[in-house]
Amino acid sequence: MGKKLVSLENIAFKYEGQSRHAVDHVSFDIYEGEWLAIVGHNGSGKSTLAKLLNGLQFPQAGTILVNGKELTEETVWEARSKIGMVFQNPDNQFVGATVQDDVAFGLENAGIPLPEMVQRVQNALNKVKMESFLNQEPHHLSGGQKQRVAIAGVLALQPDLIILDEATSMLDPRGREEVLETVRELKEENLLTVISITHDLEEAAKADRMIVMNEGKLYRQGIPTDIFQMEGELIELGLDIPFSVKLSKELKERGIGLIKSHLTEEELVRELCELHSKM
Amino acid sequence: MLDKMILGRYVPVDSTIHKMDPRSKLLLVFLFVCIIFLANNLISYGLIGLFTLILLMLSKIPIRFLYNGLKPILFLIIFTFVLHILFTKEGEVVFNFGWLEIYDGGLRQGLFISLRFTFLILVTSLLTLTTNPISITDGMETLLHPFKKWKLPVHELSLMMSIALRFIPTLMEETDKIMKAQMARGVDFSSGPLKERIKAIVPLLVPLFVSAFKRAEELAIAMEARGYRGGEGRTKYRQLKWQTVDTLLMLSLVVLTILLVLLRS
Amino acid sequence: MRITLQDVEYRYQINTPFEHLALHDVNMDIVSGSYTAIIGHTGSGKSTLLQHLNALLKPTKGSITIGDRTIESGRKEKHLRAIRRSVGIVFQFPEHQLFEETVEKDICFGPMNFGVSEKDAKDRARKALEQVGMDEEILEKSPFDLSGGQMRRVAIAGVLAMEPDVLVLDEPTAGLDPRGRMEIMDMFYQLHKERGISTILVTHSMEDAARYADEIIIMHQGTVFKKGTPFDIFSQPEQLLELGLDVPDTVRFQLKLQKELGVRFDRPCLSIEDLATEVKKAMERGNR
Repeated sequence: MGKKLVSLENIAFKYEGQSRHAVDHVSFDIYEGEWLAIVGHNGSGKSTLAKLLNGLQFPQAGTILVNGKELTEETVWEARSKIGMVFQNPDNQFVGATVQDDVAFGLENAGIPLPEMVQRVQNALNKVKMESFLNQEPHHLSGGQKQRVAIAGVLALQPDLIILDEATSMLDPRGREEVLETVRELKEENLLTVISITHDLEEAAKADRMIVMNEGKLYRQGIPTDIFQMEGELIELGLDIPFSVKLSKELKERGIGLIKSHLTEEELVRELCELHSKM
Repeated sequence: MLDKMILGRYVPVDSTIHKMDPRSKLLLVFLFVCIIFLANNLISYGLIGLFTLILLMLSKIPIRFLYNGLKPILFLIIFTFVLHILFTKEGEVVFNFGWLEIYDGGLRQGLFISLRFTFLILVTSLLTLTTNPISITDGMETLLHPFKKWKLPVHELSLMMSIALRFIPTLMEETDKIMKAQMARGVDFSSGPLKERIKAIVPLLVPLFVSAFKRAEELAIAMEARGYRGGEGRTKYRQLKWQTVDTLLMLSLVVLTILLVLLRS
Repeated sequence: MRITLQDVEYRYQINTPFEHLALHDVNMDIVSGSYTAIIGHTGSGKSTLLQHLNALLKPTKGSITIGDRTIESGRKEKHLRAIRRSVGIVFQFPEHQLFEETVEKDICFGPMNFGVSEKDAKDRARKALEQVGMDEEILEKSPFDLSGGQMRRVAIAGVLAMEPDVLVLDEPTAGLDPRGRMEIMDMFYQLHKERGISTILVTHSMEDAARYADEIIIMHQGTVFKKGTPFDIFSQPEQLLELGLDVPDTVRFQLKLQKELGVRFDRPCLSIEDLATEVKKAMERGNR
């Protein structure tokens, strides 16, 4: 595991007028280069976590360290330059009049000089494969394309960490796949650290590490294989388990001697092949 | 009906006028509106007409499109014309029919005013027809820049305008969606007594406002997350380029102004 | 109530330079008491199609028969309320249509538009709220004080209170978490079973289509590409994959296993339990 990028220490946050903590004394670390999935049912506090990480809200207790520096009102702009966010609704984060204007928006804010700006916009759009849509207006783009533009806007700022706050939940299956594929490629290429806040368990299964949130509390953290051992417990939390885990369980119940519950279909098929040849 | 309106529409064609700097186009329209009042005889109106015609030709906007777009306004132009003929009683009587007397002064006035009106409409629509809204915003921002000294929030205004423009299609779509949803719940937007119809607007407007506020809030958060903290220290991605065409056109406008002054009678 | 579409065509902004053909040659027959799933890509014409089902859009060609009313292209149609009452639509993100001061008023809005008395409407509101699994307590609350998931349920209750004969659902679970999704889908299925409400579900989820529908209609490029029982449709998964559509997880797994393991399945499995049993059988067959 790489070095610690962000640490949360005993974070608590309560919205005004609410009796319950939205985030209830949560601590965890985010390491460089990993893909961390934060899962939980709606209202479990996972989106509030995202806002806290980006200094859009400040915790009432506890500290957040970004690159070892405490996140406060004074350091928030510096932290934001290192942490990019992609939100849920593709329409409500598209600021520019066209694709290139939107990608440039963050760069303009950072006061990047024009020649470099042009270069970075172009590069970022190439990376998300939207370079041929430079002058397209947002209402002519699909949801998936808009989210890719949002990702380009984040990339252009060259952050260390990208937070996807349910970024695929309003997309159709094709758009969802498009966006996840883009993020996966980026993560492999330039060691971008990814936090994905989601309730898509198939997506979470492919993460390096998972955090399960429940009622504002950190319920469990670990690698997906371990987390999905909880099976029934997860369903009780209002979540689901991936298809291949469910199928593994059913097969085991029918006396097929699988060594474990597999997280991906490929693994499961492979073990079935091995068993088959031994028969 | 709305599909044919040309006011405020942008028609993307590749033309000299399209490529011009929005600043020069804005200045042109502004000055044009001023100098048109210098004209007070047939020759000067002819001159302005020629100038307008040249602009239209350069813009490559199909004449048919312009004509169709002007149709709804045609009525207004004719109305002004008739009004002047009937009520201006200057000069000699050229036509007499019972109580109706038409003076040559009235004819002149009517003709000039309708011409002035037509040219104004044509030139101002030319601005929106050949410039996409975002460039107009950019042009305005730069032109208004000197007024910052007097605390005019130029950057904020232009950002507001560009965001408003960007959200127009989104909100139109939303309006349609909510309208359909309420129609499915039994609302009738298009018939019934006026009172009922006004009442029917509430289930449309409330959700629209709620959603617009939600969008605004989310947009503000997204902008903040992307490091937006006002106009201070920002660079600009869109650059305006003043070209030779722009200078030429401004010069031709100066020449036109001088001619109009000389021709005044 | 039966809905029949005959050679339906629909063009947006007809006779303008922006004209756009959204539907063409659509024929379908949705019988009373059936559960139909309509699947297809974004832009395949699904949404346009569903707006025809209660005359929110009228075809530019062809005709639609809804119960005993026929809507034909080119004819002025009046008094569409009867149709709107009997065919309820739950649009995508229906919580966006809430507008009243209280939950109760909002749920009563639909029924009262269709001439139900205030007292009856209030009764219906209580019943509908119970159906969507919510407590009567919230009746007096403002719908805007509720959570996203609760707002969704209230909006659905507003459609249910109209007591429609046909229920059209456009991605009713989009954006919900897994539990919410399952509860809502089960609730609609129960209504369908208990009250015989014809249900038409527009969805991207092949799992839901396979689990609930009697018939599946695949829309592609503005027309019906194929229709049949889930069993028929998923017997030829290759066709769907070619269109770039998904197949249920179980069917996709069968395909993978057939390819890697060389075993054959003689039918598509539409549930995990069924698939597990079949995989076991196939493994044992291979043994002999």
